[in-house]
Amino acid sequence: MSTTEPSRQGFLAIEVDGAGWDGGDFASLGEAVLAAESAGFHAATFTDEPVPGRANALQRAAFAGPVTRTIALIPEVDTVYTEPFHVSTQLASLDYVSGGRAGWIVTAAESPEAAAAVGRSFVSGTALGQEAAASVEVSRRLWDSWEDDAVIRDVATGRYIDVDKLHYIDFDTAADFETPAGFAGPGYSVKGPSIIPRPLQGQLPVLAAASLVGEGQLPADAVDAVLVSAPTPELLAAEVRDVRARVGGSVAVIAELGVVLDSRGQAAAGRPAGFDGAGSAGGRAQYAGSADGLTELLEALLQEADGVRLHPASLALELDELSRLVLPELRRRGALRPPVQDGTFRDLLGLTRPASRYASAAAGAGK
Amino acid sequence: MTQHNRANSGVFEPSGKIQFGIFFQGVNSGTIWKAAESGSQTDFESFRRIAQTAERGLFAAFFLGEGLRLREHLGRPHGLDVVGRPDAQTMLAALASVTKNIGLVATQNTTYNDPADLAHRLASLDLISGGRAAWNIVTTDNAWTGANFRRGGYLDHADRYKHAEAFVETAKRIWDSWETPAGPARRVLHEGQHYTVDVTPRLPRSAQYRPVLFQAGDSPEGRSFAARHADVIFSAHPKFDDAVEFRKDLVERSLAAGRGANAVQIMPASEFILAPTAGEALEKKEWVRSLQIGPQQAVAYLEQFWGRELSGYDPDGPLPEIDPVVEETSETRGSGFHGAKARQLADQWRAEAKDKGLSIRQFVSSKTARVDATFTGSYTAVADRLAEYARVGAVDGFNISPWLIPTGLDDIVNHLVPELQERGVYPTEYAGSTLRENLGLGTPVRSADETAGAVRAS
Ligand SMILES: Cc1cc2nc3c(=O)[nH]c(=O)nc-3n(C[C@H](O)[C@H](O)[C@H](O)COP(=O)(O)O)c2cc1C
Repeated sequence: MSTTEPSRQGFLAIEVDGAGWDGGDFASLGEAVLAAESAGFHAATFTDEPVPGRANALQRAAFAGPVTRTIALIPEVDTVYTEPFHVSTQLASLDYVSGGRAGWIVTAAESPEAAAAVGRSFVSGTALGQEAAASVEVSRRLWDSWEDDAVIRDVATGRYIDVDKLHYIDFDTAADFETPAGFAGPGYSVKGPSIIPRPLQGQLPVLAAASLVGEGQLPADAVDAVLVSAPTPELLAAEVRDVRARVGGSVAVIAELGVVLDSRGQAAAGRPAGFDGAGSAGGRAQYAGSADGLTELLEALLQEADGVRLHPASLALELDELSRLVLPELRRRGALRPPVQDGTFRDLLGLTRPASRYASAAAGAGK
Repeated sequence: MTQHNRANSGVFEPSGKIQFGIFFQGVNSGTIWKAAESGSQTDFESFRRIAQTAERGLFAAFFLGEGLRLREHLGRPHGLDVVGRPDAQTMLAALASVTKNIGLVATQNTTYNDPADLAHRLASLDLISGGRAAWNIVTTDNAWTGANFRRGGYLDHADRYKHAEAFVETAKRIWDSWETPAGPARRVLHEGQHYTVDVTPRLPRSAQYRPVLFQAGDSPEGRSFAARHADVIFSAHPKFDDAVEFRKDLVERSLAAGRGANAVQIMPASEFILAPTAGEALEKKEWVRSLQIGPQQAVAYLEQFWGRELSGYDPDGPLPEIDPVVEETSETRGSGFHGAKARQLADQWRAEAKDKGLSIRQFVSSKTARVDATFTGSYTAVADRLAEYARVGAVDGFNISPWLIPTGLDDIVNHLVPELQERGVYPTEYAGSTLRENLGLGTPVRSADETAGAVRAS
């Protein structure tokens, strides 16, 4: 057990996976996220991997919004087979229903099934990163397309909004992708402005797997945090350092860790390694063992990474052990950032609220 | 007689009841933003407050409207009315966690969505809410709104109901695909002119089997579409005689579509201005109208038809003598005006206003107020009028647009609902936990095989 005060404080996220599905009782979804919040987790993430029985991730996050207070709510939302305009509106709405606690894990589905479902051509390879980059750019512009003070409610002049503070975004893959090869997929454009005022956070924090971020893909400056995986816990810290060197200091780095704990008298080794199935555990480091061992590992990881996301083998079992044994001890050691009461997800990441990119522009949408 | 039999009957039988829905529309002059008590249109607390008030009043449904491009006026976003609203399904998923019984109705467009994706998200909302979700099917389409979407505005106006038909059939097959709650699922294929779908659905049936279907659209094609597919039609005909007429028309269309005379319920859009006495209600109406259509909105309304700036004209003076600069009337894009011969219209309106001695403001107010859709009066008198609707079965309920957010339902729930309950025409409790139960709709029967729900290519 370490005795020196750690120099860095990090945050912990937990993937709540199919929570709420077991037995079809969605009240348990709200309870699970609230339990994670009470345990001291800073963020809950919601996977949208296409598994039978799993409801839409963004809606699950929205459902948890009104029944929680401080935990950040971060759904995965695909960028390849979705309409960027809808995605942007839905995420901005999530920010409203959660009081500014929304984030976005950008995914790029490499899936012939997802393509066939919407009758589009299958996208693979580097084109995935471009699709993600385009969709993120559309969302970010739309979130800025209403300046903060656009709603003026000026009774004297009869104006509900100041029209000069609304902006067309005029996104166009042809004009906005000057990569050497241009935009690989079928090009598109989005006019704007958004149909919802600027999100409470101004810009939602955008997260993506580190493998999706880089040149010709999703640019590092388009994301606020990257999710880093390694095959084993031992390799994770080094991978975090490598990725940080690659993406630069302004992007938060979050380590990914699967967790199976000794629980209720049963050794972790004897428990199934997760309801994720073997496939998605493939590239991700897994920890199996005692709560003490996990505490040591997390304390060490949080010296390198800004945060760690845990993927529990069983939400109910692991959350119980984590909240009783692991998080209190990490807090005692000073390894965890104190939760920000009534804070936003940006606050958690140490990000200030940015001005709209259009705020200094002289003319509004009508000019 | 059970609800199910009533629904299949060949003869229309009034239920003798009415229900309420609330339509949180928010983006036109109907919502007052200038009063001291006008709350936020986007904060979650406004939505929570009004949904919970509606639930206290045993409302069947909470509706959210949708518009996928901001309305524009003379080439700029329209700035005088409330504008900006959240995504319907995201907001309803959040409301599902703070309500228990009220139905959650998302207005969603068939032109700018993919059937497999939209059906999945609606099924998801239905599961998350424990069987309370509904889809208000709208078909609005134009290239101008399409500019916000990858797919663009690709539909011919004439084609939109053909497209909607295939869309809804595909959605139904997706919701119908699970054999049991544990699966397995049928694969759903559709190949048509506008899109192809090949999907193995991932979500089981909900507590109410599948989302309830509402339809809003008033053309003959729209009504027939509703008669074939909808559980409830969100109509534009609240006035008594019109409502009776509309019922007759819809019963005929339902029978022609091979469904029962009672298969499709009707809930017209409406607005209520209530007070303890008739006199007070009329005073309140003056106040409501003056805030709905202010001086600037009155002039802006005329500008749409004149096609030019008229800001120099006194809103309390006569209509402009100056002539329109357009051939056809332009429109506030995104609202429902249709083109007309501008010059002719201006002449006609000037004459009408002069005849009735109306100022610009008064004239516009008379044109825009939902004259037919407004119930003004004392609680008891309005309750009597609504009881008559229930008695003859003119409607199954009213979809109420409150003119104040978030307090706009308070007097309806506190005063009108008890009057209606006393008259025996309004529920005294929720019939069940699903929207289907609360509306008294039968449970759909799973089609025998996967092609049963299939429809010709569109
Ligand atoms: C009462 C009522 C409410 C409507 N609400 C919406 C809405 O919120 N969003 C929308 O895009 N269209 C809405 N519509 C438009 C209709 O869906 C439809 O597109 C339009 O009426 C044209 O179809 P029609 O020619 O069959 O009437 C509404 C229509 C009615 C009658």
